[in-house]
Amino acid sequence: MTQRPPARIAVLLAGVAALLLAGCSASSQHVTTLEFWTVGPEGEAFAQLLPEFEQANPDIDVRVQRIPLTAAHEKLLTAYAGDSLPDVVQIGNTWIAEFAALHALVPLQPRVAPSKVIHADDYFASAWATNVIDGTLYGIPWYIDTRLLFYRADLLRDAGFDTPPRNRAEWRAQMDAIRATSHGTRWGALLPTNEYDQLLALALQQHVPLLRDGDRYGNFGSAAFKRTLAFYADLFKRGDLPDWTNVQVGNPWQAFGRGEFVFYLSGPWNIGEFRKRLPASQQGEWSTAQLPGPNGPGDSVAYGSSLVILRHSKHQDAAWTLIEYLSRPDVQVRFYELLGDLPARRSAWESPALKGDPKLRAFRAQLEHMRPAPQVPEWEQIVNMMQQVAARAVAGELTVDEAAAQMDTQADAILAKRRWVLARQHAAIP
Amino acid sequence: MNRGTAAWLFLAPALLVLGVFFLLPVFAGLGLSLTDYDLYALADFHNLRFVGLANYWDLLHRPLFWAALGHTLYFVIVGVPLSMLCSLGTALLLNASAARFKPFFRTALFAPVVTTVVAVAVIWRYLFNTQFGVVNFVLTHLGISPIDWLGDPHWAMPMIILFAVWKNFGYNMIILLAGLQAIPADLYEAACIDGASAWQQFRQITLPALTPILLMVGILTVSGYFQLFAEPYVITEGGPLQSTVSVLYLMYDQGFKWWNMGTASAVAFLLFLVMFVATALMWRFGEGRESVA
Repeated sequence: MTQRPPARIAVLLAGVAALLLAGCSASSQHVTTLEFWTVGPEGEAFAQLLPEFEQANPDIDVRVQRIPLTAAHEKLLTAYAGDSLPDVVQIGNTWIAEFAALHALVPLQPRVAPSKVIHADDYFASAWATNVIDGTLYGIPWYIDTRLLFYRADLLRDAGFDTPPRNRAEWRAQMDAIRATSHGTRWGALLPTNEYDQLLALALQQHVPLLRDGDRYGNFGSAAFKRTLAFYADLFKRGDLPDWTNVQVGNPWQAFGRGEFVFYLSGPWNIGEFRKRLPASQQGEWSTAQLPGPNGPGDSVAYGSSLVILRHSKHQDAAWTLIEYLSRPDVQVRFYELLGDLPARRSAWESPALKGDPKLRAFRAQLEHMRPAPQVPEWEQIVNMMQQVAARAVAGELTVDEAAAQMDTQADAILAKRRWVLARQHAAIP
Repeated sequence: MNRGTAAWLFLAPALLVLGVFFLLPVFAGLGLSLTDYDLYALADFHNLRFVGLANYWDLLHRPLFWAALGHTLYFVIVGVPLSMLCSLGTALLLNASAARFKPFFRTALFAPVVTTVVAVAVIWRYLFNTQFGVVNFVLTHLGISPIDWLGDPHWAMPMIILFAVWKNFGYNMIILLAGLQAIPADLYEAACIDGASAWQQFRQITLPALTPILLMVGILTVSGYFQLFAEPYVITEGGPLQSTVSVLYLMYDQGFKWWNMGTASAVAFLLFLVMFVATALMWRFGEGRESVA
């Protein structure tokens, strides 16, 4: 709060300075100033590539602003309400539906069609699909994020298995064996009970939508979802999983290194974390495996970041130039090298840096088997609710049937306004 | 110019600031709480509906709201007396004539107040870690089995209360210390000559003299503790099993996370109502006590 007045003065001064500068330079040359907001560490990495981009495009001056992930959603919505959004934003693909509903995004299909750089068929299909809302393309996938199994091969061997599980039954049997052979000193896996990604990934494997009737109602009462919820809750009940939240775990990487659990259902950033945090002697002992499904290797959730152009932007051509640059396969590989971001394009995966890495092999396979979460603006709220109810089922407060019924009741309440808006739109169209 | 006009002219700047930055937002918030202002309304103003008291009605039928109110009351009812006792106790110790190194202890006990909640909360998360935390380490040595502070819904709130008390008691301690120092020493001297014990002196001199300050400090603490937010936000993220979700936490979720501004405003006004009643009761109770004394 106390920072506000100085910040305002700074903005004012910057504004005055900008006016003065604009007065000087307007006659000499046209330099477009492009505002680019990044979420997370990508902004820092982009700063290293910026000179190269600006050299190739001397008429574009990119201003990067980095937003921390935890504040990103609020900041974007507040900027929308205050009409101060930038030209280009890196946005989580689960938020695209929300900002499309706000009419904040520019449809990109007209720009992709003639593009020499961006070809839809080079992208992983479900990553591309997360950017299409009701048939309109609003974003270009930048990098991909999904969830799969990290595991300790040495501890799995101790329990009597040479290969990671291929389906849910095998996975459960392996975890039972781990519990038994370690005499209860080691957990099967860590799936923090306050994170929704794991249950969501398992639920998406069933190929039964989580919302029904044009995403107007919850569909958690489906037999398929209940099967997944029962499988999930049972893993805790039989003692394969600890009912820890990520607050309790504190440091999951050290716990993984100490062998407190054998499987860790998590995302690609942990490749870098485990390489950095585990000692050299353990580097050969951990590996990755595709997420086991109901019958054989299963799907996982299609997360990731996309690049979008904001509707009010006055520099949409320059914005597209930036997006094309960031989408080049060679630039995607450089982002992988700098941050470990998984490229969204198949051609980038042909690079030796990615192809030769054994820890990435499972990810490469998983990327062809991903499914998007439902694309409604309310999804973030619904999926948080889903996990809160699921955690109560894990704690034994609710049965699977009660939990599923409660998820539907709450999802229906959250979606009430959407039903009203859709009904009104429908009535407006003669 | 008559005196009345002059007075209003002098008051005008303050009233203007109050009106623009306080009254206007409050009334705007009240108006907002009667609508279903949300993401859709933000996109297109035609999606805004006037819903009357429906937001309030829905909230009163939501188990989570009552749970959040219960958690907040638990926090206030246990936390405020505990915090006041700590403040009074340390203030008495610091004021005692036998105390040494007073400036040092005063600073040390006040230090938690000026630390950043977020930074300290992160440290507390480690202190109370079930497996490696210092707290459980000490408990184990005392023969008490380790407590799952962060994971057991019954223990998370007591931990938050401990944290809040530790973080905040120093502030009231300084105010109470000032109050203690203002009590004339000759009262105690006279009581000593009359043969009053230390306890009698405390009951008959210290407490009555401190009552107005205790009342003010109590009301401020209650209204502060009702606004519990940062502690669960940083330490437990509202968990486990939503056992540390406070009313303000619910408002934050609704308003800033899901952008349901109508519901969030209704939560804010309900909390205001609860706090208003609670502090008004304290005030009435305190005034009665004072007139008797």
